Amino acid sequence: MGERSILIEFEPQISEICLEKVLFYKNQLENFYLKETVEVINTYNSLLIIYASNIENVYDELLGVKEVLSGTNIVKKLKSKLHHIPVCYDPEFGLDLPYISEQKKLTQKQIIGLHSVPVYTVYFTGFLPGFLYLGGLDEKLQISRRESPRMLVSKGAVGIGEKQTGIYPKSSPGGWQIIGNSPVNFFDKNQDPPCEILAGDKVKFYAVTRSEYDVIFNEVKSGKFHLRSEKYEG
Amino acid sequence: MKAEIEVLQPGLFSTIQDKGRFGYMKYGVPMSGPMDSNSYHLANLILNNKPGIAVMEITQMGPVLKFLHSGYLVITGADLKPRINKNLIRNYIPYFFKVGDELSFGGRQNGCRCYLAVSGGFNTREIFGSQSWYEGITDHFHLGKGMRLEFNGSTSIPSGNASVKYETLQFKKEEIQVFPGPEYDKLPDILKTEILSHKFKIDKQNNRMAVQLEELVSNSLKPIITGPVIPGTVQLTPSGKLIILMRDCQTTGGYPRILQVSENGINRLAQKVQGDNISFQLSPVQ
Repeated sequence: MGERSILIEFEPQISEICLEKVLFYKNQLENFYLKETVEVINTYNSLLIIYASNIENVYDELLGVKEVLSGTNIVKKLKSKLHHIPVCYDPEFGLDLPYISEQKKLTQKQIIGLHSVPVYTVYFTGFLPGFLYLGGLDEKLQISRRESPRMLVSKGAVGIGEKQTGIYPKSSPGGWQIIGNSPVNFFDKNQDPPCEILAGDKVKFYAVTRSEYDVIFNEVKSGKFHLRSEKYEG
Repeated sequence: MKAEIEVLQPGLFSTIQDKGRFGYMKYGVPMSGPMDSNSYHLANLILNNKPGIAVMEITQMGPVLKFLHSGYLVITGADLKPRINKNLIRNYIPYFFKVGDELSFGGRQNGCRCYLAVSGGFNTREIFGSQSWYEGITDHFHLGKGMRLEFNGSTSIPSGNASVKYETLQFKKEEIQVFPGPEYDKLPDILKTEILSHKFKIDKQNNRMAVQLEELVSNSLKPIITGPVIPGTVQLTPSGKLIILMRDCQTTGGYPRILQVSENGINRLAQKVQGDNISFQLSPVQ
C-alpha cells in the first residue's frame, strides 16, 4: 500500500482463530524488525507494516517478509490479559436503553446482564486514539446504529453498533446506541504507551452504581484508580 | 530572554508540524506531520535546520505574528503574499527578522499551504516523539490569538546562498499519481475507467484529515471488514463519494480502499483548495 507500507491480508473473517493467527505473525514480524524502522498494526484479518521512510527495494522487503511468515506454521497463542472495566448503566448515561428495551423486548436489567456477562476480545485499536474494537457481543443485543448519529457522544460512553460494542475514549460524534458510561481512561496522552489494553487482550464489564461511578471518576482523576487486570488463559 | 513569537491574529488555520508520529498507530494515533512534506523539507533545508524540525503550517489565510527575538525565517509552499512589516518578501529566500518585526500575509496567490520555518525551529512540547499538533494529543491543535510560541533563537546565518529556485507552477498541476489500492481489483472495469478518465473537483470538505471530491461515481462495492488505512488511501463510500485520506487520518476504516496516492501525490493534493480540479494517474504497483 503506497511507497512506505506492506499490507498482508488473511481470509476475510472476524473470528478469534483468525485474530490469533494475525497476532502471532505480527509478533514474528515485530521480532524481525527494529522498532525504529517499522510499526506493525493489525485489524481483524490484516497486518500493515509501516516503514519510517519510503521502502527502497520493495522486492527485497517482500522476500524478507515472506521468509518470516513462512518460517513457522504452528500458530502459538500469545499471552494476554483480562481487564475488568466498570460501567454505570444509570438512566443518566444509558440514553438508548429504553429504545433497545422496546426493540429487543428485554427489560433494562436483562440488557445490562447480557452486556456484562461475556468476556470480550480486543481485536485492535482504531477509529479514535484508544478506541477498542471488541468482539463477542451477545446476539440478543445486536442492534443497528442510530439513524442519525449524535453530534456529540460523551467521553466514556459505552455503545452498541451491530455486532460490536465499545467505549468512546473521548467526546466525539457517534452513531452507536448508548447504554452506559465508564469512568476509566482508555487513552492517556501523559503515559507512554498511552493505552493499557492491547490487541488480543480480553475485557469484561461490571456494573457500578451512580455513586460508585463518582468515586471511581475521582480516583481516575487523581491517578489513584488502577484497572483490575489479570493473566488470561483462555 | 526566551525566544518567542506572539500570535497577534491567528488567521484561518495554522498548526505546528514536524516529521510526524511514528509507532503509535497501534493505539489509534494518526501519523500527522506536514501535509506537503516537500515544501516542509525545503524550508528546513534552506535555513540549514536539522531535518525533521518543527515549522508552522499555514493554511490559505495567514496569521499576524510578532517576533520577540531576532532570527532567520523562510517561507516555502503556497504564495500567501507574506510581508515583514510593510515589505513584501519572497518564498524560498531566507530573511533576517529583528525584535518587534511583524510577519503578516496578504491574499492567496497560489497553492493552499505554506510553511514558516525559523532558524533552530519551534520549540513546542513533544508528545509521543513528535511536536505535530493534533486534537486530543497536544495541548493546542491550532493557532490562537495571544498565544506565545517558543523557538530556538539561533542567529547563525543560513549557509551560503541557500535560497532555492522553485517552480510554483507545480501547484497548478492536476495529475495525482496513484497506485491500485487493496480493493482496486474488485471495481468493475467501467468504474475503473470512469475514475481514471474523469476530472474531479475538490469538495469544500477538505482538511488535514481528508480531502473529499465533489463528483459522485456509481458504486456497487460492499463495505469491507474494517482494515488499516494510511495517508493517501482513497476510499469509496456507499453513496459514491471519493474520500482521500490525508496526514491526520484515522488508522482504520471500513470503506473499500480503491486507490493509494503516492507521497508526491499527497504533497500536490495538500496544495489544492475547494474547486480545484484533479485527475488520477495510475502507476503500476512498484
